[in-house]
Amino acid sequence: LWQTHSLQDLRQQAAIASKVFVQRDYTSGTICKFQTKFPSELETRIEKQQFEETVQTLNNLYAEAEKLGGKSYLEGCLACLTAYTIFLCMETHYEKVLKKIAKYIQEQNEKVYAPLGLLLTDPIERGLRVVEITIFEDRSIGSR
Amino acid sequence: MHLGIDEPRECQYNQICTHNSSPMETPHSKKRKVKRKWQIFPGRNKFYCNGRIMMAKQTGVFYLTIVLILVTSGLFFAFDCPFLASNLTPAIPAIGGVLFLFVIGMLLRASFSDPGVLPRATPEEAADVERQIDAANGAGGPGYRPPPRTREVVINGQTVKLKYCFTCKIFRPPRASHCSLCDNCVERFDHHCPWVGNCVGKRNYRFFYLFILSLSFLTIFIFAFVITHVILRSNRTGFLSALKDSPASVLEVVVCFFSVWSIVGLSGFHTYLISSNQTTNEDIKGSWSTKRGKDNYNPYSYGNILTNCCAALCGPLPPSLIDRRGFVQPDTPQPAAQSNGTNTCPTTQLQSHMAAVTTPLLHAQPILLGGGPVLQPKPSVGGPCSALGPGQPSLPSSIPGLSCGGEVLALHDSENHCHHHLHHQHFISPEETPCAAHLGHHMPLYDPASQDSLHEDSVRGLVKLSSV
Repeated sequence: LWQTHSLQDLRQQAAIASKVFVQRDYTSGTICKFQTKFPSELETRIEKQQFEETVQTLNNLYAEAEKLGGKSYLEGCLACLTAYTIFLCMETHYEKVLKKIAKYIQEQNEKVYAPLGLLLTDPIERGLRVVEITIFEDRSIGSR
Repeated sequence: MHLGIDEPRECQYNQICTHNSSPMETPHSKKRKVKRKWQIFPGRNKFYCNGRIMMAKQTGVFYLTIVLILVTSGLFFAFDCPFLASNLTPAIPAIGGVLFLFVIGMLLRASFSDPGVLPRATPEEAADVERQIDAANGAGGPGYRPPPRTREVVINGQTVKLKYCFTCKIFRPPRASHCSLCDNCVERFDHHCPWVGNCVGKRNYRFFYLFILSLSFLTIFIFAFVITHVILRSNRTGFLSALKDSPASVLEVVVCFFSVWSIVGLSGFHTYLISSNQTTNEDIKGSWSTKRGKDNYNPYSYGNILTNCCAALCGPLPPSLIDRRGFVQPDTPQPAAQSNGTNTCPTTQLQSHMAAVTTPLLHAQPILLGGGPVLQPKPSVGGPCSALGPGQPSLPSSIPGLSCGGEVLALHDSENHCHHHLHHQHFISPEETPCAAHLGHHMPLYDPASQDSLHEDSVRGLVKLSSV
C-alpha cells in the first residue's frame, strides 16, 4: 500500500523520482487538446480511467475557452469598438476559463493525485505544450 | 618563489578563501534580488515598461512608420482641415481624427503585444523529447545520420509535418514557425513585420490587420481630401497660388500616393488570407495550394468566408504564454537559453542545465557541427526557394537560393511592403551577433554551443527543405 501524502508534504519533503509529459494532440487542428493516451510510467500509480477523466475534463475546459460562438464574437466586436481598452477593466473569456482550469487542477491534485504521490502542473506554466506530471518517490516502499 | 635553502617557516601561506573566488558568488548575489521573467527571456526581444511592452530587437523602421503617420496626419489637420471644415463640413476633421486615433491605437497594440511566442522547453521536457526521438529513430553507430526530426499528424484529413525546433527544443505546433530575427517560435506565425517592429502571429494578427485596414482608409481619406482642398482653392485663386498657400498639401499627396498602392494592396492581400484562413507563410510556400496535389486543401479553414473572418478577427484572444511580468522562482529550472540575446547574466544553474542538454545534441550529430560548410540547395527554383519563408530557422545569407526566393516573392506585388526584409534581412550568422561577446565573457561554455546550434539549425533547415 502506498503511503498517502498531503499536497504540502509532497512539495516540501518528497524527492522527485521522475516526470512524465503528456503531449498535445493536434489531430483536431491547433486547438488546445492533450493526448489521453495513458503513459506507461503511471501504470503502477494511478488508474487509467481516472487519468483519462482528468485529461478529458481539461480538454473540455480548453475547448470552452477557445469556443467560437455568439458570446465570443460579441466580446470581440465590443472590444474592437472600444479599441481594446475594455480589457483594461475586464478579463477576457479565455482568462476566466484559465482560472477555472487552475482551480480544477489544484482540486485534482489535492483530492486524487497527491495521495498517490503524483503532482499535476498547470499546462499554462509550460506554455500549453504539455501536462507535466511529477512522480514522487514513495518513501514507504523505497525508491523506484 | 622559493629557493631551496629557505626555512620552512617562510613558506607558510594563508589558506586562500575559496568562497569569494567564483565570479558568480559575489556578495551582491546574496541579497537575492528577485527578477522578473522578461529579464531572463531567452529570445532576441526588447522589453519596456517593466515587461509590459514587448518588441523586436530592431525598431528603427517602426519609428519611421510612426513619424510618417504622425507627420502626414499632423500636416493634414493643421493645413487642410481648417479650409475643409469651414468650406465643406466639420465632419471631415472629426472623422479624420477618429480614424487617426484608431490607426495609432492598432499600431501600438500590434507592436507592443506578444505575438504568441512559445516559451522554450524546460530541461526535463527537452530531455524527454530527445529520449522519444532516439527511441523512434533507433540507435545508430557513429557516422549514422538520423533522419530529420519530424512528426506527422493528420489534421482534418490532411497530413501535416511537425518540425522540431533546435533552438526552442520543442516540436512546433502546426502553423507555428521560428522567427530568426526574434529567435522565438511564434504560434500561427504570419511574418515578421519591420514596419510594426514585431512579429505578426496568433495574438496580434487582428491588430495588424485592423491597423493596415484603417491605415488604408486614412490614407485614401487624406489623399482624397487634400486633392479636394487643392482643387477648391485653385478654383478661387488658380492652381499655382493654391499650392503656394498650402505647401504641405504637396508633401501629403506624395506620401499618400505612394502609401496607397502598397497599403491598400497589402490590406487586400490580408483580407484574402483571412477569408481563406491562411498565413502569409503558408501562402508563400503554397502549402495548401492545389498545385501541390489534387487532394491538397487547407485543414484549418472553417469552410465559409464569414466564419473564417469572424474567427480571425472576433475570436477569443488567447493569453500570453510567456508571463513576462511574473517573478522568477529561484528553484525552478530555467529553459534552454541557447540564443545570443539573453538580457542578463544567467545563473550557474542554467549553465549546468545547458551543459546537460546541449551535450547530447553535440554528441549525437558530429557530422553537422562543422560550422563552415553549408549545404547548397538544389538549383531548382520551385521547391526549396519558395520554402524560404520568413519563418524558417536562420539561414545564412550566402545561400544562392535566397535570391531566387526573392524573385518568387516579387510575384506577390502587394507583399513587397512587408517582405522587403527578406531581401535586406540579415539572417544573423553567429559572427554578427553583438551578444556573442557577452556570451563569451559570462559563459565560455556557451559560445561553441550557441554558434553550433545556429549552424545546426540552418543546416538542418536545408536538409529538411531539400528532403521535403
